[in-house]
Amino acid sequence: MSGPVAVARRLGRIVSDGVWRFGFAARFLVMLLAHSGQSLMRLHLTVREIYFSGVLSLLIIVVSGLFVGMVLGLQGYETLQRFGSGDALGVLVALSLVRELGPVVAGLLFASRAGSAVTAEIGLMKATEQLDAMDMMAVNPIARVVAPRFWGGVISMPLLAAIFSAMGVLGGWLIGVVFIGVDEGAFWSQMQAAVDFREDVVNGVIKSVVFGVAVSLIAVFEGYDCTPTAEGVSRAITRTIVSSALAILALDFVLTSFMFRGVS
Amino acid sequence: MLDLWVGVFVVIGLAALVFLALRVGNLAGADLSDAYTVRAQFDNIGGLKVRAPVKSAGVVVGRVAEINFDTRSYRAEVVMAVATRYPFPRDTIASILTSGLLGEQYIGLDPGGDEEMLKSGDVVQITQSAVVLEKLIGQFLFDRAASAPAQEGTGN
Repeated sequence: MSGPVAVARRLGRIVSDGVWRFGFAARFLVMLLAHSGQSLMRLHLTVREIYFSGVLSLLIIVVSGLFVGMVLGLQGYETLQRFGSGDALGVLVALSLVRELGPVVAGLLFASRAGSAVTAEIGLMKATEQLDAMDMMAVNPIARVVAPRFWGGVISMPLLAAIFSAMGVLGGWLIGVVFIGVDEGAFWSQMQAAVDFREDVVNGVIKSVVFGVAVSLIAVFEGYDCTPTAEGVSRAITRTIVSSALAILALDFVLTSFMFRGVS
Repeated sequence: MLDLWVGVFVVIGLAALVFLALRVGNLAGADLSDAYTVRAQFDNIGGLKVRAPVKSAGVVVGRVAEINFDTRSYRAEVVMAVATRYPFPRDTIASILTSGLLGEQYIGLDPGGDEEMLKSGDVVQITQSAVVLEKLIGQFLFDRAASAPAQEGTGN
């Protein structure tokens, strides 16, 4: 077998595999949505998943939000005071958190904290043939296992992003007002004058909903699609985290360019 | 037990959203659901943007709703939405001002003494354009250049 032909064949295989997986993911999403009504009727399944992916992620989200806000406070003040506008610290902290860092960093944390757990759980269920067993008992595994985990993630993600942003603003306040001594009134009033509810807060929430859908879909899909071996499950978990991170960053660029293009 | 935690989680999440909306954002700011629109033509609007504030005596009374270019007069036409609870006299002066040296631009309304109030769709007749910094600097340099030779001639 000559070199170039082998390379071309490999390339062709990689591309066609990728396209096939992409198509399978799309069909999987359609199946998932079709069975969602059935699983949302039994709400306790979804509530359980909100507990596992949302409530248990609360600690890491609160702590990281606080620290990100505190770092923004220190760094932002350092730069702003060179221009004599240390009072604008609140604007800097709030806008960067609400528009970008809240949804993106919360999404990345959510993918590694909750997304990986979902993939591991579904992958292990597949490896131990629990999903097949459900099918044999005429219980649809997509309605019983996959859809509740997907919706649990979609509901948790915007709430976690909002908590992250709120904690970040408090962290910035703690450093800026309490430790550095920026005027408290200027901090809040400039922030309120600059942050628009619809333009900034609502757009941030829309971003976090989109990230929630993307991360949850990737997590359940990778788990459902994994090779049912110990190695396959571990690879699926790695893929979940890597593709979630890439998806979040790529989607964030696309959404930002649509949302804040005009800046009017 | 599980339900309780999920309930607490959802409440904390919603509270964070409310905090962002009310304390960080300005949802509670000027309410423009009930507003009338007035038009004004300017020679130059500088960097004025749609949604920029309309202020009178420093208080936000409305927002810029639209900015168009009038091809008959070759001037900029700005449509402002002003809250109904703030009526202004018909001879109000609209000027484009800047908050601070490098801040955002906004429209300032200086009320006149007319008995009649502006109605929706009215046109503000007296306007003052934005101060364009480049023009000002250009003018300053031009003045300097014009006066410098004369000073040298008399000085020495």
